[in-house]
Amino acid sequence: MSNPIQTATATPPVLDLQGLEVKLGGRPILKGLTASLSGRCIGLLGPNGAGKTTLLHTLLGFYKPHAGTARIFGRDIRTELRAIRSFMGYMPENDAFLAHLSGVRFVRMMAELSGLPTEQATERAHESLFYVGLGEARYRPVGSYSLGMKQLVKLAQALAHGPKLLFLDEPTNGLDPPARQRMLELIQDIRDNGEVQVILSSHLLRDVDECCDEVLVLKDGQIATYTNLEEERRANRKFLELEIRAEQEGEEGGFAAAVQGLGCELAASSRQRYKLVLPEGVEIRDLYRLASERQVQIRRLDYKRDSLEDIFLKAMEGGDHGRV
Amino acid sequence: MAVYEQTYRRYQGALTPTWSRFLILPRYSFQEVFKSRIFLAFFLVCFLAPLVGLILIYLRHNLSALALFNVSGEEFREALPISYRFFHIGLGIQGFLCFVVAFFVAPALVAPDLRNNGLPLYLSRPFSRAEYVLGKLTVLVALLSVITWIPGLLLFLFQTYLEGTTWLGQNGGIAWALFAASWSWILVLSLVSLAISAWVKWKPLARVALLGVFFILSGFAKALNEARDIWWGNLVSVWSMINVTWAALFRQPIDDGTPVGIAWVMLGVFCLVCLWLLSIRVRAYEVIR
Repeated sequence: MSNPIQTATATPPVLDLQGLEVKLGGRPILKGLTASLSGRCIGLLGPNGAGKTTLLHTLLGFYKPHAGTARIFGRDIRTELRAIRSFMGYMPENDAFLAHLSGVRFVRMMAELSGLPTEQATERAHESLFYVGLGEARYRPVGSYSLGMKQLVKLAQALAHGPKLLFLDEPTNGLDPPARQRMLELIQDIRDNGEVQVILSSHLLRDVDECCDEVLVLKDGQIATYTNLEEERRANRKFLELEIRAEQEGEEGGFAAAVQGLGCELAASSRQRYKLVLPEGVEIRDLYRLASERQVQIRRLDYKRDSLEDIFLKAMEGGDHGRV
Repeated sequence: MAVYEQTYRRYQGALTPTWSRFLILPRYSFQEVFKSRIFLAFFLVCFLAPLVGLILIYLRHNLSALALFNVSGEEFREALPISYRFFHIGLGIQGFLCFVVAFFVAPALVAPDLRNNGLPLYLSRPFSRAEYVLGKLTVLVALLSVITWIPGLLLFLFQTYLEGTTWLGQNGGIAWALFAASWSWILVLSLVSLAISAWVKWKPLARVALLGVFFILSGFAKALNEARDIWWGNLVSVWSMINVTWAALFRQPIDDGTPVGIAWVMLGVFCLVCLWLLSIRVRAYEVIR
């Protein structure tokens, strides 16, 4: 895991949290978050109630920080909120729309409120609705849309004014599998287009895994861990998961010692299960040879990689206490 | 970007001035409001009284037109002096029509945004809560201005043009009275109805609440005054406060014991309370304590 503070370049990071604390109704919700993130698509991951949505709302200026601050592209949320909002698009978690307006009028109005002149707002409203796949339904009142369509129209209004940074709060909420896949493809397309950076808040590991290159895991309002998924993927650190049975009692320990003797990193999850990383020059056939010599059966052998799920579960057990 | 390209592209063109963005809300609201033909018809009816006023002023200065109706100019002038009272009565009629307009329009202003959780969408943009309230307020202020002080001042100017500067010298205060009386009513009515729209999400109930604030409270104030032989019951009645201030502005006798200064203060208090109520409700998200 790399430290994002060290990876920061001369250009200001997308998101720079500096001891950010937020209290709602007297209760601390975010507890001194400090991090600096620069990914194209940053995932905010955490169980329900971890503070993901509160963090987004604070960055949008809906809640005032109790202490500390945050900077978005170098602009302070305490003092430059209006400027920040002008380059941001936001797709809220819950239903949020104006039911009586048609899709195109709704998106156009939102684009106009972001500062686009009427003509450009109209043009971009049509474009955004076509882009998200609502081109045919754009003249229908938003209130008559299905849940999946409402999610898409929320994405369209977040995109219409051409933001530099997009906040997506649980974008796949309540979607059926095809609609969810469509939404994830759209997010990936937006990310890959390179013109906009995305902050995606979700409690769904797969969504974050598929779309994000950096992940900030929150737990109880603190940063539990930070992972640069892009680096993890590049490093492609694989390990072997091994399950063995010995014909004689205690022979498993001898086998483990022999494997370590080959220079393998080894961790035992139980007496018969091991995780190991093979060093250069050692191959699987060496493991089979050792097993044969010691009368040990290799019952199962799988290549594995630390999944986001492993990282998440590990983070839920421990935590970095609000600082990365 | 052509629609068929279907790809994302940032917008880097010119932006509208920040100060003007609150005007987007009334533009969309007017389109919605005037979709209703009933409302459009009613709104046109609201111009009937100013039209009658215009005709009366014209006839008053046109002896040949009066002769067609066999009415002498002197008699007509005596029967219909164009004075403070004339404009006071006219504004009274328009004031009631204002209430009906607000009754139709106001409940649909803030409540749908709250019902559909639309406020986070407005407020996540470079658009503040104050601008939101100002935008919604502008809907009512514009509609009500068109039927109160604007036609009132046009009538005043028409009368001045026909009557001459002597009349203007004697009745110049009418212009101010029209302007101040209209604005006081427009502001109080708009803020009260917006506050109700922000707190009562169901339109029919919001309308009942609007009637309650203006009529039931007035009835209660009257009953209290009668029962206890006091005047300060009127302090909770918006109608009474408006009547007192209007009477003072138009130099008419005040038949109610409320001091004019206190009536103005109470109207200010109504406005502040409504702004406070709006500030509680007009938020992106509510914090549950």
